[in-house]
Amino acid sequence: MTKLLSVNNLSVHFSSGRGIVKAVDQISYDLNAGETLGIVGESGCGKSVSALSLLRLIPNPPGQIVSGEILFEGRDLLKASKEEICDIRGNKIAMIFQEPMTSLNPVLTIGHQVREPLLVHKRMGKKQAAAEAIKALKKVHIPDSDRRFAEYPHQFSGGMRQRTMVAMGLTCAPKIIIADEPTTALDVTIQAQLLRLMKQLTTETGAALILITHNLGIIARYADRVNVMYAGRIVEKASAADLYKSPKHPYTIGLMASVPKLDQDVKTRLHPIEGQPPDLADMPQGCAFHPRCRYRVEKCCVKSPQLRIVSHDHEIACWIDV
Amino acid sequence: MSNKKNNNLLEVRAVSKFFPVHGGFIFKRKLGDIKAVDCVSFHIKKGETLGLVGESGCGKTTMGRLILNLDEPTRGTILFDGKDITHPGKKENRALKRQMQVIFQDPFGSLNPRMTVREIVGQPLIIHRMTAGKSEYMQKIDHLLEIVGLNPGMADRYPHEFSGGQRQRIGIARAISLKPRFIVCDEPVSALDVSIQAQIINLLEKLQEDFGLTYLFIAHDLAVVRHISDRIAVMYLGNIVEVANRADLYNHPCHPYTRGLLSAVPIPDPSVETKRKQFIISGEVPGLMNPPEGCKFHPRCPRAIPICHEQSPLLLEQGDASHWAACHNA
Repeated sequence: MTKLLSVNNLSVHFSSGRGIVKAVDQISYDLNAGETLGIVGESGCGKSVSALSLLRLIPNPPGQIVSGEILFEGRDLLKASKEEICDIRGNKIAMIFQEPMTSLNPVLTIGHQVREPLLVHKRMGKKQAAAEAIKALKKVHIPDSDRRFAEYPHQFSGGMRQRTMVAMGLTCAPKIIIADEPTTALDVTIQAQLLRLMKQLTTETGAALILITHNLGIIARYADRVNVMYAGRIVEKASAADLYKSPKHPYTIGLMASVPKLDQDVKTRLHPIEGQPPDLADMPQGCAFHPRCRYRVEKCCVKSPQLRIVSHDHEIACWIDV
Repeated sequence: MSNKKNNNLLEVRAVSKFFPVHGGFIFKRKLGDIKAVDCVSFHIKKGETLGLVGESGCGKTTMGRLILNLDEPTRGTILFDGKDITHPGKKENRALKRQMQVIFQDPFGSLNPRMTVREIVGQPLIIHRMTAGKSEYMQKIDHLLEIVGLNPGMADRYPHEFSGGQRQRIGIARAISLKPRFIVCDEPVSALDVSIQAQIINLLEKLQEDFGLTYLFIAHDLAVVRHISDRIAVMYLGNIVEVANRADLYNHPCHPYTRGLLSAVPIPDPSVETKRKQFIISGEVPGLMNPPEGCKFHPRCPRAIPICHEQSPLLLEQGDASHWAACHNA
């Protein structure tokens, strides 16, 4: 497998009234061509920020990418000029956002928005771009797409808007698609439709997919490899099969035990992780998870663990072997 | 009959709720009705949890509001403990509120930001005159906070100082403050993080055991509903399409919609997930203003036959007395 993207020691900090918030703290990972990488974690763990920073979409101020490098096609995206980055956004790396209601411009037609990347990146003529855009809408099963092309976002349902986002993301045949909680706002039946469509289209085009979600089930169904994040750090990296079969980090173990599953025995009590995720502006010393960890030892309260390899293609950031 | 009366804490009989839709600029014409809840019947036994699932707009929240008398039903009757509570008088309504309470979905919107936790949890006690004096009032609130797992020392703080999970605990403390017998839980965990959801679900289960509560658990997450409910009712566009015991519903779903809903929920285990057959429902939920003729599900149903386009199916027994489904094909 060829490495498509590699992120090294990326840190993103936000300045807030209460001090510096380390939203993303020294994370490193690779993305291979054609694979689906799942990034899973709870709100505030830095999964969205880490994805936004790939395209340098972090608002500055208050945010700032303080260190690290993001290597894509032999260059560091963090050092790229503004023009270079604009050329990559939506062209080679596309993004599908969480909120289909707010991420489409309400005063522009669907057609205008879907064909825009083609006009900008592929320098197509208006007519040709429109024809391509209608094709793209057909691909994501927008019924009656010739007519729908001229409609506005408010005339679309939530599922259709999110499919439009997928169409927009795919028009330029990007190498990487970043989907940030693409289905969280949708109903379950629509969610299943959309994810299947996304997987099908990325398989067709050979694009790699970074799928960010808090839903362990979605990751299980679609991801090849998984990064588990907690409080701005990656705490476990593994192949999906490995991660679900033998989770190694106490947080991952806790997370798996706390979700009710459709195929599990009922009326067994769930095993929640006690306590709350830490306040990012006021992090505990040592491992960020230690106040909630059942397995903690003295060392955990003093020094923060680095990722280490526990078995083939499986890394955890934990001092102990559970 | 009297025996049956004792078993069912709540009975909903053919209840409908229509919201009129008006249009026009000067003369408001009535354009039609949104049938949010359309002739729904079910019962909940004492001490039982009935899960009510469905997608957004299927009428599940409206159903909860009708039971709590926050909305008045257009048609039908609701019985609580054998008594008709469909149109209660003012006094009766007040007495009812002592017996039935609600936990809302949004722990951010359902607590008054200008009230301290003590005031929030204590307000029902004051309104219903359930305390004798100040010291008893303080004691009761401390005790309630302890029950839901909050530190009583935090009682004088404001909601914004708490996390989502803690706020939901405050909402629960408020709901149980009057020692109700029945609680409508309207999506109580869907706004919470995964690791916190389990804490709240366990708390709700513990309270049910300790106080003998009866729950109507409204949610869209089928895995959560399956975990907490004894029986489950599935709603689609204002109708109940299937109701059954938990095991029956999950192992032998009769209605194609239930089957699709179950299949849409991924199981967090790739070894199971890759082998599982997927039954994906195409299309989207139609608008409530112009629901399809016949069976409301037929445009999305992979097994629709001609009769589905014309006749709306009745909720009929499927094999045993506890399993009902509304499908011509079942």
